[in-house]
Amino acid sequence: MTCKADQFIIGETAWCPGCGNFAIREALSEALADLCLPPHEVLLVSGIGQAAKIPHYIRVNGFNGLHGRALPPAVGARIANKNLKVIVESGDGDSYGEGGNHFIHNIRRNPDIAHFVHDNQVYGLTKGQASPTSEPGMKTGVQVEGVAMPPLNPLSLALVMGAGFVARCFSGEKEHLKETMKAAINFSGYALIDILQPCVSFNKVNTHGWYKNRVFFPEIEDPGDWSAAMELSRQWGEQIPLGIFYNKPHQTFEESQAALEGEPLSFRPFNPEDYSSLQEDFL
Amino acid sequence: MEVNVLIGGAAGQGMETIMNLLGKALVREGFGLIYSKDYMSRVRGGHNFTRLRIAPGSPWTTVESADVMVALNEETYYIHRDSLTPSGRVIYDPELFKLPEGETRGVPVELKKLAEEAGGRVMANTVAVGALLVLMGLDIQAVEELLKDTFAHKEGVAEKNIKALKAGYDTAARTCSACFDLPPKNEGGKKLFIDGNQVLGMGALASGCRFLSAYPMTPSTGIMNYLAGKSPEYPVVVEQAEDEIAAINMALGASYAGIRAMTCTSGGGFSLMVEGVSLAGMTETPIVIAVAMRPGPATGLPTRTEQGDLEFILHSGHGEFPRAVLSATSHEDAFYRLNKAFELADRYQTPVFFLSDQNFADTHRSIEPYDFNRLACNRHLVEEGGFEEPYKRYRITESGISPRALPGQFENEVVLVDSDEHDENGNIIEDANTRRAMVEKRMRKIQALAEEMDEPDLYGDPHPDVLLIGWGSTYGVIREAVDALAALGTKTAMLHFSDLWPLPQKRLRSLLTEVEKSYCIENNARGQLSALIRRETGLLAGGSILKYDGRPFLPREIVEEVQNDLQS
Repeated sequence: MTCKADQFIIGETAWCPGCGNFAIREALSEALADLCLPPHEVLLVSGIGQAAKIPHYIRVNGFNGLHGRALPPAVGARIANKNLKVIVESGDGDSYGEGGNHFIHNIRRNPDIAHFVHDNQVYGLTKGQASPTSEPGMKTGVQVEGVAMPPLNPLSLALVMGAGFVARCFSGEKEHLKETMKAAINFSGYALIDILQPCVSFNKVNTHGWYKNRVFFPEIEDPGDWSAAMELSRQWGEQIPLGIFYNKPHQTFEESQAALEGEPLSFRPFNPEDYSSLQEDFL
Repeated sequence: MEVNVLIGGAAGQGMETIMNLLGKALVREGFGLIYSKDYMSRVRGGHNFTRLRIAPGSPWTTVESADVMVALNEETYYIHRDSLTPSGRVIYDPELFKLPEGETRGVPVELKKLAEEAGGRVMANTVAVGALLVLMGLDIQAVEELLKDTFAHKEGVAEKNIKALKAGYDTAARTCSACFDLPPKNEGGKKLFIDGNQVLGMGALASGCRFLSAYPMTPSTGIMNYLAGKSPEYPVVVEQAEDEIAAINMALGASYAGIRAMTCTSGGGFSLMVEGVSLAGMTETPIVIAVAMRPGPATGLPTRTEQGDLEFILHSGHGEFPRAVLSATSHEDAFYRLNKAFELADRYQTPVFFLSDQNFADTHRSIEPYDFNRLACNRHLVEEGGFEEPYKRYRITESGISPRALPGQFENEVVLVDSDEHDENGNIIEDANTRRAMVEKRMRKIQALAEEMDEPDLYGDPHPDVLLIGWGSTYGVIREAVDALAALGTKTAMLHFSDLWPLPQKRLRSLLTEVEKSYCIENNARGQLSALIRRETGLLAGGSILKYDGRPFLPREIVEEVQNDLQS
């Protein structure tokens, strides 16, 4: 089997020239190639938004579901077939806004899923409204006086909820992104990468240059140090740290399910007659 | 010849424990029975009661009158004393309250004291069961065995309970022994004693359902409890989702990746699921959605019954896509019909609804054991070499059904599904031609799906003057009403729908035009089946008998309404 990145790249995208999504797609295709994962063993699940169109542009199995609902079907797919490498990829609005409840509770659930959030701090597909991570004061067609609410901090939230793998990347640092993706895919349990990316059409504040001038790679001595990770997750502004802030696996959802031991459920044989003893409970 | 028992008290006093024990013991002894619950949406206090009817065969409904009442508190006696028959008996704890002057039907049994003497207050219910047994002239052996089975793993508990049982038996015997004649026992071997939710839980598991995701909601939670209880031994995963939106989306992900998946809820929870119904329609992902109805709108009456969500289910989900709607009519039928729901979902790659209600969900009946050989599990997946390469999830076909493969099933083939309109590959499109082709492809599935629908069950006079039409859990009560009306000299039949959508019409069209008078009998305020029949056939059911107080119909109510209408 060949493990080339270009085997994964398909389709003519609906993304704007210069969009951070391109670099993220490249990093993902290279990560899959480096890990030598065949397309039929990978499942990419997304919601709705510009980022969420990625299953159409990467040749693996794809479930392009509803806005905000990328995580639940991904968990369901893991239950059905635990041999699938499941990656959830969606935007900040999808993952942290509409899908906020699923984000919180799947960290608790800890399925073996890598969650890559394209975080451009704005709504792209609906043309420029504030997202949960937009900077306060940013003016949009809806937030006409500027965003009033403080932004959601996905990394701090993930850490507080007990996520085992928490990382931040930048689409302008592709090599780092690729390596972090590989680590997240190989991580046993829920792994979050918040990927900063410019939106060339609608975010005039957080541009490529804005990020480029701020990001840095701090020395992370102990990726199992939760307090240090929390500290890093809270740094924002003039200096924005990138890296795997926290990396400490714990029991996964799949490991807690007796029914998932052995063959994937999807490919196990079934015969209704084997179940007739069930009614003995009621005799 | 029959005996009706009513047990009432506050929530938390354990009426259910008594009925489960007594009911199961009676069924083991060969008696036919039904037991239904009337309970409030609270954990403690209030007034809850259960009714048990022991009658020849397998009775369909409970009745209002009671031959024996167990009043676990004083309120129960006063609420129900008028329904106690003149020769009836009321078991009560004389240390808790006194019956009024002139009440001669009392059977005093010191429930609390005797339970404490046996080893703990908690066994007051077992004392009551002992008292009930002696009143009905039964020996305690059957219950004794059941207690041993139930508490086999808890040392000493069975013995204490048996002591309590005997104490109740002996004490009540001082007042009255064998003061009721039980109906004849049923022939023909062992019967099941099972409630509606257990029927559906067992039916799902034996249909190959490997995953249930749900958010607990009365009255559907029993399905979840059943499957969760089986998950340590059987290959089934039950996950309590963070909300109903997650529940349906998880089930869809599991189904897409290859297993039979289901969710269960009631109206309010289903409201949250609706976007997922539409997703199932668009992505052509099989799913079974069990909705146990309760009265709405909003929180409504959480522990009561209604058939108010038929229209909602029929129209749920934005956009147009095929669906099937089946319903739970009787314990006997629902087991196989839920299997049919899974079969249809897999065959037509579309959402299938299974409608029940609190009345069905919480009612126990004694029924014949099921034949598991009648269940099927046809997944309708493509096999190696059985598809045109490259694999396309939404290949246009004559039937509208595209060959379905699973992600990971074939080397180097990928499966892409999309909530956007898509081409044969599953990729987003916006062009008019592909859109039209895909809409038509999905719609073509409806034709064959409609052929799968069972005609409504016809019961009663083959040439009726009066036709009673119903659906869902009213099967038994309408049957009893038909028998009662026939006994009164009215040629009556019942036409009862299990499969509701696509609406089977043949029998309806022939009968509605023949009968003099027809009535749609529904547990809702607007006559939703009646409206559906009118919409689909242009035919009018002459009248509607509707009940929307949250309680199931009684046969008497139907008979009276029909008679009043015929006389006027």
